[in-house]
Amino acid sequence: MAAVTAGNGAGTGGGGSPEAASGGSGGGGWRRPHGPLQRYYGPSTAEAAEAAPDPTDINGPHFDPEVFMTKVRSECPLGQLLAREAALGREIRALDSDMQTLLYENYNKFISATDTIRKMKVDFRHMEAEMDDLAANMAAISASSARVSAALQDRHRRGAQLAGVQALLRKLQALVEVPGRLRRWAGTEPARALRCHARARAVLRHYRHLPSFRAIEDESHAIMADLAQRLRTRLRCETLDPKELTECVEMLLQLEEPPEELSEEFLSQAGARLEAELAALEAELPEADPSGTAATPPPPASDILDFVDRGSSAFVGTLCQLAGSYRALFGEDTGRLEPFAAALATRYFALLERRLALERGLGDTSLLVRALDRFHRRLRALLELLPAGADAAAALVARAARERVDRYLRALQTFFLGCLGDVRQALAAPRPPGKEGPGLPDLLATLAASVLGQLKAVLAYVQLFTARDVAFASLPYFKGEFCVTAVREGLVVAFVRWLCRTARGFADGPAERGAPAAPPALLLLLARLCLDYENSTISYILTLTDEQFPPQDSGPAVTPGPALCAEARGAAQRLLDHYVQVQGAAVAQMLRKSVETRDWLGTVEPRNVRAVMKRVVEDITAIDVQVGQLFEEGVRRAQSSDSSRRAFSVYSSSRAPGRYAPSYTPSAPMDTHLLSNIQKLFSERIDIFSPVEFNKVSVLTGIIKISLKTLLECVRLRTLGRFGLQQVQVDGHYLQLYLWRFASDERVVQGLLDEVAASAAHRCLDPVPMEHSVVELICERG
Amino acid sequence: ARALTPQTAETDAIRFLVGTQSLRYDNQIHIIDFDDENNIINKNVLLHQVGEIWHISTSPADKGVVATCYNKTSDTKVMTCAAVWRMPKELESGSHESPDDSSSNTQTLELLCHLDNTAHGNMACVMWEPMGDGKKIISLADNNILLWDLQESSAKAVLSSSTALEGKGQLKFTSGRWSPHHNCTQIATANDTTVRGWDTRSMRQIYCIENAHGQLVRDLDFNPNKQYYLASCGDDCKVKFWDTRNVTEPVKTLEEHSHWVWNVRYNHSHDQLILTGSSDSRVILSNMVSISSEPFGHMVDDDELSDQEDQHPEEKIKEPLQDSVIATYEEHEDSVYAVEWSSADPWLFASLSYDGRLVINRVPRALKYHILL
Repeated sequence: MAAVTAGNGAGTGGGGSPEAASGGSGGGGWRRPHGPLQRYYGPSTAEAAEAAPDPTDINGPHFDPEVFMTKVRSECPLGQLLAREAALGREIRALDSDMQTLLYENYNKFISATDTIRKMKVDFRHMEAEMDDLAANMAAISASSARVSAALQDRHRRGAQLAGVQALLRKLQALVEVPGRLRRWAGTEPARALRCHARARAVLRHYRHLPSFRAIEDESHAIMADLAQRLRTRLRCETLDPKELTECVEMLLQLEEPPEELSEEFLSQAGARLEAELAALEAELPEADPSGTAATPPPPASDILDFVDRGSSAFVGTLCQLAGSYRALFGEDTGRLEPFAAALATRYFALLERRLALERGLGDTSLLVRALDRFHRRLRALLELLPAGADAAAALVARAARERVDRYLRALQTFFLGCLGDVRQALAAPRPPGKEGPGLPDLLATLAASVLGQLKAVLAYVQLFTARDVAFASLPYFKGEFCVTAVREGLVVAFVRWLCRTARGFADGPAERGAPAAPPALLLLLARLCLDYENSTISYILTLTDEQFPPQDSGPAVTPGPALCAEARGAAQRLLDHYVQVQGAAVAQMLRKSVETRDWLGTVEPRNVRAVMKRVVEDITAIDVQVGQLFEEGVRRAQSSDSSRRAFSVYSSSRAPGRYAPSYTPSAPMDTHLLSNIQKLFSERIDIFSPVEFNKVSVLTGIIKISLKTLLECVRLRTLGRFGLQQVQVDGHYLQLYLWRFASDERVVQGLLDEVAASAAHRCLDPVPMEHSVVELICERG
Repeated sequence: ARALTPQTAETDAIRFLVGTQSLRYDNQIHIIDFDDENNIINKNVLLHQVGEIWHISTSPADKGVVATCYNKTSDTKVMTCAAVWRMPKELESGSHESPDDSSSNTQTLELLCHLDNTAHGNMACVMWEPMGDGKKIISLADNNILLWDLQESSAKAVLSSSTALEGKGQLKFTSGRWSPHHNCTQIATANDTTVRGWDTRSMRQIYCIENAHGQLVRDLDFNPNKQYYLASCGDDCKVKFWDTRNVTEPVKTLEEHSHWVWNVRYNHSHDQLILTGSSDSRVILSNMVSISSEPFGHMVDDDELSDQEDQHPEEKIKEPLQDSVIATYEEHEDSVYAVEWSSADPWLFASLSYDGRLVINRVPRALKYHILL
């Protein structure tokens, strides 16, 4: 019936399309096939009102033939009118024929539709009867089904009951089997036994009031106790690796053993294990030698990196693992774990420290740094668990670094001493005649450069400790304190200080008692070195250090550069003073011996300058050359040498035992005293062993002062004959001739020589001075 | 002038003896009296005609007895001899004559005896036994130590024992001191750079400080209160303090002078006061508290301290003095060759320079009170 209706619908649709097709083929005014129909059936007023009222549109609804006619008539020419008329006639005919066709077609469809409706009416009546039938049948079926199910219900219940019983029985069976299984597995697979027991336990506990169950429970308990016992034994005596240990303890925990006791056992086991590892590590270390008598400990079997690697992988790894499982097993309560781990870690640190102490040599710093780095990284894991150890570990690393820095300092010192030794040797080496040895400036340059180079190299090594990729470099200690305290203060400043001290030591030290005194040239060299340090090197080194190890603002106070400079200057001053004293003493000694050993009373008339005076002048010239190599010329008293020379000759002739003898006759000794006193009133007091300045002239003046003062004092201790006096006169004049140019102020030389002459005259039994011209003659000849 | 000595036997008046050095005139011994209350200096002159005086010392027992070392000059030779003299009675106790007529009133020393040194060489110095009765003297002649007994009230000197220093190098003694300790059985001598100690009974060397100074040792002195302590000075401008039991290292070294130090003297009663004279024309008074016999800081033992507390409760309150230079005296224009403390007044000292100027100075009052209180 449904198919019929569908066919009818399709027919209606089919009727529409030919119409459209015919409209299309009609062409011309029929633009849209449905348009006219639509307009015809549903006159859309809206559309009508909206369309422009064009009465002339022949297809429009407002067509007005009259208007059209008038319009056409008035507008079109005749030919067009005729053509139009013909066209309209054709159109009208075509429309008529279309109408007829449509009429035919639709009539047929109406007929068939009427037939269909009639047929449907008949069918529906038949269907109603069948539906009733069906309802009756269904009722019958449901009734019989109810009957069947009622019949089966009893059986079903019994079946279900049976199944339940069976399950129960199976469980019971399992329960009964529990002891057996437990027994079987307890030996081999304790874990499975435990699982089994855990499953059975609840049930057994629940039904423990039943005697049979209790028996089972008891038995299984016994087995489990046995198992626990075995596990315990295992725990106690066997050497387990951490994993087994953990398992073992875990099982025991499941067996509801007291955790307190277990944790203790666990720790003791772990302790034993760690001890063993520590012992293994310790075995690598050479025997500790408390007495320190062993000359040199044998070199360690493996290098430090290796040692640290092994230590961290074995000991630290195990410790971490154990600590982790402890936490997992016994919860977060680490009250017992912490001291345990701390104690072990402390021992480990101690071992490592001993090993580090073995790193005596300078070895490879990068290796050490890497070792320490690894140690630090590995330890970090442990430290999360053991916060107290962090400080200790950091301190250990810091100590090691510090130790290394100290060692570098010592190495630097040794190096410097070595350099000094070389310099000494170079100075002491006999020079083949004609071939000049290395000059002092060269030696100085070599020394300074090599020391500076070494210092730089050491700084570069030490910088490894603060390299970016090293983990511990980010510790606050390494950022701040290490840079400042250890490197800047402990290494650089300490080295400079030590250098100054050592240099000073040459001046202050054992020079006069026992140990061989340093050669004067070395003193001079060191003085120059210290001075250079003061002028430039210290600030350079400090800048370099501060660049490489930037100090923190809040860091500990640092030694300022100026303080070091002052120290270096002090050392330089001391050395130079000492140089002057040593050289002066050498010359003075010569003069003293020459004065003391000569028989001044019985000497003959002087013919020559004494050889010792020539020697003195030679020596002082040599010193002049030596000092000139290293120090600047310096400033002379602004006074032209000419005028002072003249002043001297006038002065000396007026008061010294010169040509104008009358003032020196024995009758007027008080006059000379007076004169000398008046002269002294106007001259400055001369400090003989006074500090000198850093220039050649000052140094030489110092030496000359010392020499001449000695001559003066020695002459005063002697009693001279006439020729003795004359000899002194000659010698004095000779010295005056040759020494004035070395001194910064000739008046010093003059004054001292005048005093020598005056004292000689005073000490003379028969003071008859020599003719000045003769003196000059002798001196020029000499 | 180089020779200066306090009159050792005199304990009331401040009196110094100065010997002159002149080649061409008669030499003199000037007796200088200082009247502390009136600040007046009195001078009496005694002629010493035999030669210029290089060293002078007075008997500790008899105010009137003086020993000198003097140069006897002949045409080709200079010989240093020693003799013991007696002053005229009226000068002995320092009669206060008017100073202006001293020159007209010069008197002559009475020769008691010569110390015969023809066999031994030049006399460097004469030392009296410090605590003795003025009967024993020791003289140093070249490399010999001669011990003399004065007999018949010093009219005769008998050589009782002698010893000679033998060896290489410069062996002439330059100076010596007789230790007041050990019952006066020890002396110390200096030759070249070495200081030696001797036992006067056996005349054997008991200790030797080799290279005590870098250069010549000029003078010595014993600490009057600490028996093993000795001060020395020399050409290296240093003053060193030694413990004779350990002679490898000096206990203390002073480097204040800028030229040779010719003289060093401990104060007789306050041994922290050290007087030094040098050819840089300076006299320096130093306070060496740390090695003196006076209690100093924490160096005092506890029981000693408690003793001290009983006596000087104020000692604790005072700040301990540091070793320091108390004063530098620059009155001299020429080298100072001798410094001496007065034997009568422990706060007074004299210094003598080459040009003959004698300067008498006092310890600064503030320091004096500090030490006394």
